[in-house]
Amino acid sequence: MDAMAIVSIFVLAVFVGFEVVSKVSSTLHTPLMSGANAIHGVILVGAIIVADHSKTTLELSLSVVAIILATINMIGGFVVTDRMLEMFKGNKKGADK
Amino acid sequence: MYDLIGLAAGVCFILALKGLSHPKTARRGNLIGALGATIATLVVFAYNAPLNNLGWIIGAIAVGSLIGVPAARKVQMTQMPQLVALFNGVGGGAAALVAIVEYLALGDGASTAVVIFTVFTVVVGCVSFSGSIITFLKLQELMTTRPVVFPGGRFVIAATLAAVLGVSGWVVVELGTTPLLILAALSLLFGVLFVLPVGGADVPIVISLLNAFTGLTVAASGYVLDSTLLIIAGTLVGASGTILTRLMADAMGRSLFGTLFGAFTAKPQDASAAGEERPVRSGSPDDVAILLNYARRVVIVPGFGLAVAQAQHTVRELADLMISKGIDVAYGIHPVAGRMPGHMNVLLAEANVPYDQLAEMDEVNPTFGQTDVAIVIGANDVVNPAAQTTPGCPIYGMPILEVSNAANVIFLKRSMRPGFAGIENELLYDPKTMLLFGDAKASLTKVVSALKAL
Repeated sequence: MDAMAIVSIFVLAVFVGFEVVSKVSSTLHTPLMSGANAIHGVILVGAIIVADHSKTTLELSLSVVAIILATINMIGGFVVTDRMLEMFKGNKKGADK
Repeated sequence: MYDLIGLAAGVCFILALKGLSHPKTARRGNLIGALGATIATLVVFAYNAPLNNLGWIIGAIAVGSLIGVPAARKVQMTQMPQLVALFNGVGGGAAALVAIVEYLALGDGASTAVVIFTVFTVVVGCVSFSGSIITFLKLQELMTTRPVVFPGGRFVIAATLAAVLGVSGWVVVELGTTPLLILAALSLLFGVLFVLPVGGADVPIVISLLNAFTGLTVAASGYVLDSTLLIIAGTLVGASGTILTRLMADAMGRSLFGTLFGAFTAKPQDASAAGEERPVRSGSPDDVAILLNYARRVVIVPGFGLAVAQAQHTVRELADLMISKGIDVAYGIHPVAGRMPGHMNVLLAEANVPYDQLAEMDEVNPTFGQTDVAIVIGANDVVNPAAQTTPGCPIYGMPILEVSNAANVIFLKRSMRPGFAGIENELLYDPKTMLLFGDAKASLTKVVSALKAL
């Protein structure tokens, strides 16, 4: 991919990232952080790609560890965020904000 | 085609963050995020089919799920912040490992740009990993929650940072596995040194920052692996994480700069203030019940101690009892009550406390003047007047609940131990303060039965 395309994607993603969370109440800071945390668990995709490339035992074992860690990050992250948000069910005060 | 599906996953992540910013849509937002991650994972299987080492890959995903899901399901809500820290750390570790493996595979074939991004991923990923482990240890109270500062510490940190940068340059110029591993080791060390001097109250800010760091490493590894999706997802988390870190620091009245570079400015702790014996007024559950019985307005200030003792339900019982006696009851919630912003709201929601009784700090502060009794349960730092009166103390400038304006203050505490930030609270020695020592749940149960008997 050419450098300009990558820079464009990067800059646009930065602005989108800034924009979507700029007005969040402090009540949601923890779930939002946890949710963002789960999203970067998508490094799992990267871990799978390198595992696919792996030719030596060393590479494969490191990739396997990376996949395990990334899966914990991603799946665990989404599950724990959901549990947090479950507590907000029927939150009337929050809903009118 | 696969790129289009990858783009769909990226859009899911944007919608997820957007949804998570509003209470109404938060839960749906999280599910959309999970959907995006699932799509991304399935696409990589389809795109590269048939994958080499498929058995290993699926096995590793199964192992990761078997560790991650039960951990997330079973964790006590009180311990959730450290679990998030741990998840973040392993994510950073995974990114660093991915970069290392790709580097090993590319060998001499790597372009300079790829090597630079690899170095970035390894350094920041390792810092995020070891730093998160330290925040976990601090929050789990497996190590001291006070800032760890040792003589010459700032020089050690500066030297480590210089070494990290130097070795980074070496890797870029020389290209070799050994320098890269040295770099990883140095970065792990730097992560530890970076977080050690951070005081307990600032730990959530650091977790949020490390979260943003991990996002950036994922973006950088996306460049290395030529994956647009990783670039988008990583950058989104990096950017939103940075903003979130700033918002959190603002909510806690902390300067981000001061938190981060505390390591360079903190002085070794002055131990002379500790150990001093001063008189306090302690009372019995009956004293507390009498005080409450004749109050017209009571504000309950719950803190982490309440959560530790699992006393949410008992406190609700007490509140209901007081309301039935015609007493005006409100909960005063500090934005960072608990261990993280919003943590206490989650815990009280779990105990079915009605939302109209939860008052935010700005709402409740002006009413303390008309409040007869403020009951502080297992909180300390968030009501510590030192935040307003003692420039230079670690929590100076943090907005607090001004319980000292109430006619009477009752502290339910386990001991005279200072709060999470490790600062003495003058309010404990105030003549209008009464202390009730013991486990919060046991104490509250006694107060409830004493109040019923009146």
